Amino acid sequence: MTAGAPPASAELVETDGPPVKRDWRPHAERRSAPLTLLMAAALVYFFLPLFWLIVSSTKDNEALFNSFGLWFSSQFNLFSNVKEVFTFNDGVYGRWLVNTTVYAVVSAGGASILAAMAGYALAKLRFRGRNLMFAIVLGSIMVPATALTIPTYLLLSNIGLIDTPLAVILPSLVSPFGLYLMKVYAQDAVSESLLEAARIDGAGEFGIFWRIAFRQMAPGFVTVLLFTLVATWNNYFLPLVMLSDPKYYPVTVGLASWNSQANAGGGSQALFSLVVTGSLISIIPLTVAFLMLQRYWQSGLGVGGVKA
Amino acid sequence: MADVLTDTAPAPEGGVASGGGKKPSVLRRERTAGLLFVLPFFATFLVFFFLPLAYAFYLSLYQEQLVGGTVFAGLDNYKQAVEDSELWTGVRRTLFYGILQVPTMLIMSLLIALALDSGNLRAEKLFRIGVFLPYAVPSVIAALMWGYLYGPDFGPFAQLADYVGQSAPRFLSETWIIPSLANVATWTYCGYNAIILYAALRGVSPELYEAAAIDGCGAFGVAWHIKIPSIAPALLLTLVFSVIGTLQLFVEPQIFQTLAPTVIGPAFTPNLYAYTSAFTNQAYGFSAAISFVLGAIIVVFSYAVITLSARRGSPS
Repeated sequence: MTAGAPPASAELVETDGPPVKRDWRPHAERRSAPLTLLMAAALVYFFLPLFWLIVSSTKDNEALFNSFGLWFSSQFNLFSNVKEVFTFNDGVYGRWLVNTTVYAVVSAGGASILAAMAGYALAKLRFRGRNLMFAIVLGSIMVPATALTIPTYLLLSNIGLIDTPLAVILPSLVSPFGLYLMKVYAQDAVSESLLEAARIDGAGEFGIFWRIAFRQMAPGFVTVLLFTLVATWNNYFLPLVMLSDPKYYPVTVGLASWNSQANAGGGSQALFSLVVTGSLISIIPLTVAFLMLQRYWQSGLGVGGVKA
Repeated sequence: MADVLTDTAPAPEGGVASGGGKKPSVLRRERTAGLLFVLPFFATFLVFFFLPLAYAFYLSLYQEQLVGGTVFAGLDNYKQAVEDSELWTGVRRTLFYGILQVPTMLIMSLLIALALDSGNLRAEKLFRIGVFLPYAVPSVIAALMWGYLYGPDFGPFAQLADYVGQSAPRFLSETWIIPSLANVATWTYCGYNAIILYAALRGVSPELYEAAAIDGCGAFGVAWHIKIPSIAPALLLTLVFSVIGTLQLFVEPQIFQTLAPTVIGPAFTPNLYAYTSAFTNQAYGFSAAISFVLGAIIVVFSYAVITLSARRGSPS
């Protein structure tokens, strides 16, 4: 390999290599139309169901089945659909959105803080058993959700916590993958010499973590926060098992219950357009969050991938 | 993955001997602080991971009977699970699904990541965001949407086929259900994996590409000989997570069950079987046994994937 050669500049490539100009730097001005077209085809695939969802949420229940699915019908019923979604069953949908938000924010916030503290300690503080702890956490990623969720349900039902928000929030506070990311991130991002200097200045360990280490870990922390937020926002299995009272449902379980009612028929045909419009509304918050927080999920994913 | 398990922290204990100013009191303080910092995580981990796991094992040794309540059954639940042909049909079905879904998705993800990284793309930012967007869609919603799209009478594919005088495949029939499910998962997670691989590609030193260019490597040569081997760890990570996710298949079939009740039975996947056993049949012990059998299968497969890739990937 020629990897040991001095860093080759673009000019060097020109004079040395074949008469082709090759520049492998990130933003080379060599746009390829076929490649762009291929990617556009992929993008059509990714956008298609979402486009269908937007189109369909403008239709009433009848048009949903009578008009062509991938284009608008003659009427525009989006606003009446939205109104219907928020008023059906005494406005339970609004509750579901609030529930999802509360479950996701509390679980993700808690899980990220627990992961950040433990990840920092495992990366930067010396104590017995820390390698074993890390190995156990890594191994736990392989345990199937049902293996945990069903016994957790039975355990919580013994102490009367079933069918309460806590039944969804408490088990979500454990994020093994979050701990893994935080440990890997802290290893590189937290400066050893700053920690030493602070210790010499007589700072307490918690102060050191909060005022020095945590600041340096902030980008990684936001990434973990974002991913645990998505995980809990999208969670279905855990709330499905834990909750039976619709007023505690998150939006995923709620929409699935409307959907099965709609498919069971029995005069509830009108539910289909509710499921469609409700689905559209439910994905807006995360989509907006992703668009605003791009640099965090893009840089943060690199940490997990490169260092694995 | 192996080197994650070894300690990579700088100078453990050595700091004392080398006179780096590490007094025993400092070490003691670090030890106390370390334990206090990991305490909240591990206490929660203990309560919501170990305890349920131990309880599940305990449950798996008991059977719920109509008369006489719960009785100790030893390994009977495991015996019953291992001998249950429905469970193994579900396992085979899930494996077939995985063989179809995981490579398709990861190859697509890899191609997208390489395209994004090539710098040869117009509107690169739009593509980067666009492919990742489905990840913001809960898999329940993804399954609901695709369920409508697959519709045999009113779904747009059926409508289009009808318009040109053809008939679309019956997506939710016995024959097509596995590819249809695989498509939903691919749609949801392809972009997510692409972004992980893309982030890894950004971390590869550009010097390597320049060196390869000097050696007369074309764009495809660079991708094949340098980029893909360089991101092998990230590829392995996405592969292992995809395999684990695949074997736990639950949400999509559970949603499609209402659309195609005759095709998707209660034991369609092992996870669905465990769920039905616990909540429809109240056979908690049997359900726990299924989960442990599934857990064992997942461990075996993840381990096999890691070992095989490590052997193939080791430098010659």
